[in-house]
Amino acid sequence: MHEVFANLAIGGATALSAANLLYCFLGVLLGTLVGVLPGLGPVATIAMLLPATLSLPAESALIMLAGIYYGAQYGGSTTAILINLPGESSSVVTTLDGHRMAQQGRAGVALSTAAIGSFVAGTVATFVIAFLAPPLAQVALKFQAPEYFSLMVLGLIASIVLAQGSLLKALGMVVLGLLLGLVGTDVTSGTQRFTFGLPALSDGINFVVVAVGVFGIAEIVRNLEAPGGQVVSVAQVKGLLPGRDDVKRIIAPILRGTATGSLLGVLPGGGALLASFAAYALEKRVSRHGGEFGTGAIEGVAAPESANNAGAQTSFIPMLTLGIPSNPVMALMIGALIIQGIRPGPNVMVEQSGLFWGVIVSMWVGNLFLLVLNLPLIGLWVRLIAIPYQLLFPIILVFSSIGVLSLANAVMDVYLMAVFGVLGYAFAKLDCEPAPLLLGYILGPMMEEYLRRAMTLSRGDPMIFLERPISLGMLVAAGLALIVLLVPVVRATRQRAFVEE
Amino acid sequence: MRNTGSKDVLAGLMFLAFGVLFWLLAQGYPMGSARRMGPAYFPNLLALVLILIGGVTTVRGLLSRSTPLGPFAGKALLLVTVAVALFGFAVEGAGLAVATILLVVVSSAAGSSLKLPAAMALALALAAFCVVVFRLALGLPFPIVGPWLGG
Repeated sequence: MHEVFANLAIGGATALSAANLLYCFLGVLLGTLVGVLPGLGPVATIAMLLPATLSLPAESALIMLAGIYYGAQYGGSTTAILINLPGESSSVVTTLDGHRMAQQGRAGVALSTAAIGSFVAGTVATFVIAFLAPPLAQVALKFQAPEYFSLMVLGLIASIVLAQGSLLKALGMVVLGLLLGLVGTDVTSGTQRFTFGLPALSDGINFVVVAVGVFGIAEIVRNLEAPGGQVVSVAQVKGLLPGRDDVKRIIAPILRGTATGSLLGVLPGGGALLASFAAYALEKRVSRHGGEFGTGAIEGVAAPESANNAGAQTSFIPMLTLGIPSNPVMALMIGALIIQGIRPGPNVMVEQSGLFWGVIVSMWVGNLFLLVLNLPLIGLWVRLIAIPYQLLFPIILVFSSIGVLSLANAVMDVYLMAVFGVLGYAFAKLDCEPAPLLLGYILGPMMEEYLRRAMTLSRGDPMIFLERPISLGMLVAAGLALIVLLVPVVRATRQRAFVEE
Repeated sequence: MRNTGSKDVLAGLMFLAFGVLFWLLAQGYPMGSARRMGPAYFPNLLALVLILIGGVTTVRGLLSRSTPLGPFAGKALLLVTVAVALFGFAVEGAGLAVATILLVVVSSAAGSSLKLPAAMALALALAAFCVVVFRLALGLPFPIVGPWLGG
């Protein structure tokens, strides 16, 4: 207990420096700004803005990126409530009751409920991280190559299990991602692999290029499929503060949502999406107003909004302590760490305690910024929502291209982004989820290295993965997850969970 | 999710193609042994797994009922891709300003409602913004007007 506060104090020293407060604020502002723009999810937003953080010191970069993340999430909820258009998948359920509330003239209350719920959830989740992270990192410090390899297998499998759509295709995407991640110079032997003799590929393909292409460019083309130019009607926002009655009704849902979200966020592949769906379903069942769900029940906004914010934050736990991304956003964060020259894993907490705790404290600060930023600035966000997509997508393309160009001042990266855009569109058309690909892409080189080391350790005997208890445990868990998925009942439920609205 | 026939077939073929490509390329590198893995060992393994997944996906797709792919935004895909490639092609030679204008004008044709004069205005505004912010303020090392245009 005492230690937790000591650690939070270290974090406070980092997060509350004037410069980092500014970057946190900038991150939250930019994140919300891009988040409310239609057709840009958090992954594309972060990938696009990531080059802007590269010149910053590592902790400022990460603080700003984290700010962009929950800013983008909050922006997504705002569009969900006001125009019935979820900015990203985790605010899909918010449209159900949130937009109904807006239609009933209670948009302001819905928005402030989302903001307050997110803030409470963020505060609680910050403490959850502060309590959970050190013991987890302690365990992880005992890991050796075999454990890491098995952990990555488990992480990748879990990301598939919790992803949408066909299991087999998601598995294919993971393997394809792992392979693409190996493009470039092999660290052990110095061999150039899969570079087609191009010097520009000898350092591999920057993951930002892959992410912007597959998530950003492909998304633009998808949005252009539908005949555009439709005018969206934005609900009027007035009466921001919830009444006493509302406050009474949202306390319990916010707390339950926070608990659900904190728990599910830690799971690999979980994060905000699963959290918001589960919290909504749970609330519908336990709430006294369960019957009103879908008709503008305030609980239906409070619970999932708290849950997705809590989940978004606790998904940092496996990323920061184990170096394992639980979702594409965390994969981008790991990529950012690597670019900054920090090797993700349990050592980060020991060697970079300022960064580690600074990021955690900044989450709370960022949530506070969100609360004070979003409600007063709602008028500005509303105006941004109304920007027609026809005007918006060329602007997004320009910023994406220049962002990618600025990574290494290499024109080749722009061409590669275009290639990955085409690939990403093909993936989308074929119902192949891009998220597992990105996770595989980040983990590919690391997995190979741990596999090599483990096999050297065991003199070429693959049984090493089964002989070491922790490694065995993780492989068994991965196997179980796959088997459970093949059980027809679970399969049907999983399909329904994602198809439902 | 039973009716994803043709999508599954195409996805399977895509995995197969990537698997075969990576497998073929991997054969050119030293394989090593399980104890001392060469650069080809892990990719070789992964490529074989991908070929297997691709094969199973294809067969399963062939056995299930097929459904159409849905709308395919060929024109938008082409225009967006060409616009981005043009930007990359022009940014060194013709400069940041021209590259940005090209990117905006070509890509905006992928949308339906933006007319050329409006696109041109947007392009000029964005080019000015990018030159000021990225070239002048952030020092992106690409010329405003490139050598092709005497800059």
